[in-house]
Amino acid sequence: MAELTYRDAVIRGIAQEMTRDPDVVFLGEDIAKAGGVFKATVGLYEQFGPLRVRDTPISEQAILGAAMGAAMTGLKPIAEIMFSDFIAVCFDYIANEFPKSRYMTNGQVKVPLVVRTGNGGGARFGAQHSQSVENWCMMIPGLKVVAPSSPRDVIGLMAAAVRDPDPVIFFEHKSLYATKGEVPDGEIVDTLGTARIVRPGKDATILALALMVPRALAAAEKLKSEHGIDCEVVDVRSLVPLDTQTILGSVAKTHRLFTVEENPRLCGWGAELVSIVADEAFYDLDGPPVRITTPHIPLPSADILEDLALPSVDRIAERVQRSLNA
Amino acid sequence: MAKIEDRAALPTASHNDDIGEETRLVLYRTQVEIREAEQRAYDLFLQNLVKGTSHLSLGQEAVAAGFAAAMRPGDLSFCTYRGHAHTLARGVPIVKVLGELMGRDIGLMRGKGGSMHLTSVEHGVMGSYAIIGAHLPIACGAAWRAQYKGQKDVSVCFFGDGTTNIGAFHEALNFAVVWKLPVVFVCENNLYMEYTPISDVTAVQHPAADRAAAYGLPRIIVDGNDADAVYRSAVTAYEKARAGDGPSLIECMTYRYSGHSRADPAKYRPEGELEKWKERDPIKLYRQRLKQFGVDEETILRIDTEVKREVDEATEACKASPPPALDLLTTDVYADGGFAWRN
Repeated sequence: MAELTYRDAVIRGIAQEMTRDPDVVFLGEDIAKAGGVFKATVGLYEQFGPLRVRDTPISEQAILGAAMGAAMTGLKPIAEIMFSDFIAVCFDYIANEFPKSRYMTNGQVKVPLVVRTGNGGGARFGAQHSQSVENWCMMIPGLKVVAPSSPRDVIGLMAAAVRDPDPVIFFEHKSLYATKGEVPDGEIVDTLGTARIVRPGKDATILALALMVPRALAAAEKLKSEHGIDCEVVDVRSLVPLDTQTILGSVAKTHRLFTVEENPRLCGWGAELVSIVADEAFYDLDGPPVRITTPHIPLPSADILEDLALPSVDRIAERVQRSLNA
Repeated sequence: MAKIEDRAALPTASHNDDIGEETRLVLYRTQVEIREAEQRAYDLFLQNLVKGTSHLSLGQEAVAAGFAAAMRPGDLSFCTYRGHAHTLARGVPIVKVLGELMGRDIGLMRGKGGSMHLTSVEHGVMGSYAIIGAHLPIACGAAWRAQYKGQKDVSVCFFGDGTTNIGAFHEALNFAVVWKLPVVFVCENNLYMEYTPISDVTAVQHPAADRAAAYGLPRIIVDGNDADAVYRSAVTAYEKARAGDGPSLIECMTYRYSGHSRADPAKYRPEGELEKWKERDPIKLYRQRLKQFGVDEETILRIDTEVKREVDEATEACKASPPPALDLLTTDVYADGGFAWRN
């Protein structure tokens, strides 16, 4: 067991898979010699060499297209899109090419690849370098979508993503790169499509993802100490496949549901989860499900405004407390 | 290998120059197969047996035939929505192609892809892509795999003149050169991007070849109605790719006889243009070529008859084929064979 940053976990996760399988290759902008703009790929070029860790031009379509062509002919590429906002300039591959090829070709073409990308706010980068866009990908049949919140999950879910035969979009949270967590020694391989109860509780279920997980946990502690409210926090981890059993099981126990989403409100992932619970566990609920989200706005740059936009520990705690006391 | 211009055909009955009779007969048969199958696809439209849309390669057969004939097994084709010709040229049975167009179970993808997405991995046809430009980077990736694994196959990517004005074209060209990838980019310049003359919307006269210099590549323009010229340019480009000397960009000048798609009567073309191009019809031209090299009329007619019979039999087999089973609706979304996104 060792303490590792989320950033170093990315490096270890990729290195673990590249060591295991010589068909795993890695491409992206500034990822090789420079070690990545977030320093999340430092040392991989030195360890695995220029044939397996390759710098690309600023050509996001070329990056994802090349990853796909390599994947469908036998390699297992990991492609980096530096900021998840840039998915918009190569969305054809995310929306039309990766996820539809297997279906359209009646199973002839397989696209086993991982796109890892820096997602989320908190770094004061403004509206085009701060978005949480996991919901852009969640809605597309054929993709898998994960977003780890801890160093341990980064490694385990990276391994699961690389070994998965389907295209996986792997959202790393930029504001988590410097955070630390305990990580077991040796190989770590997790399972896609599994949520994790990170804090058991009996009074309310809080579903969270990525940066919102530590915030939900802090809010839960605050609610416990200040109001005696005992929340269960579920790290959703994987939007597709979605672990609805863990979520429904938690709601059956607590009878209240909250989602904490960094994506803007409209069509955020929480809307889908709330609809599933409403469909399948309506009579388990003692009150209306509540979504705590970023408002329907582009993200501002100034710290005071960005902090106001993203769900904060105080806002989560206040909203849960108000709902439970209503 | 001599340069293309050094290889002008020598019309003697005894000497078949560099290409040889066997390959020439393949080139001819492939062109006739494409012509007959595309014509049949059009007829089946009129009978409402092919639905949706379809983009025919009538008039452009020599490009597909020439590039395919120069390929080895294992070489990979990446096509556009105008991909029937390139699919057939790799040896995919006509019945599989027509069956897919007709949405029948006998189709190449059992009706799940349709006209614009013909794919046959076993024949090296790695897909037909309906988003302009998308497959140029994908072909780069397949070529990267060959380079990485030390395999000698070439990825060949076909696209129209309109593709040269989309970003992915330029990203892929630069990427392929910088990474020195064994990929060949083939622009079929049929003079029209959909309904608009390519010259109206392009900064240079030759939309692909005149951009080659920007990526440090030679300017290559080929007579796309002459299967021999196409074949020779393909051989040169494939040899370069296999030798590890990187990509090529080839612009083939040709013409499509029909509109852009089923919906397009092609009324935007100036009067007489189609007729002028038909004088240089690739199949007519190639019949003359075969005769120049001593192939007798009987052999040519036999090929024509065999292909016509093949298309007729394929049509009947497609008509007799049932529609796809309804459970195909939800198969192969994910690798487990199904479409489950939750537990």
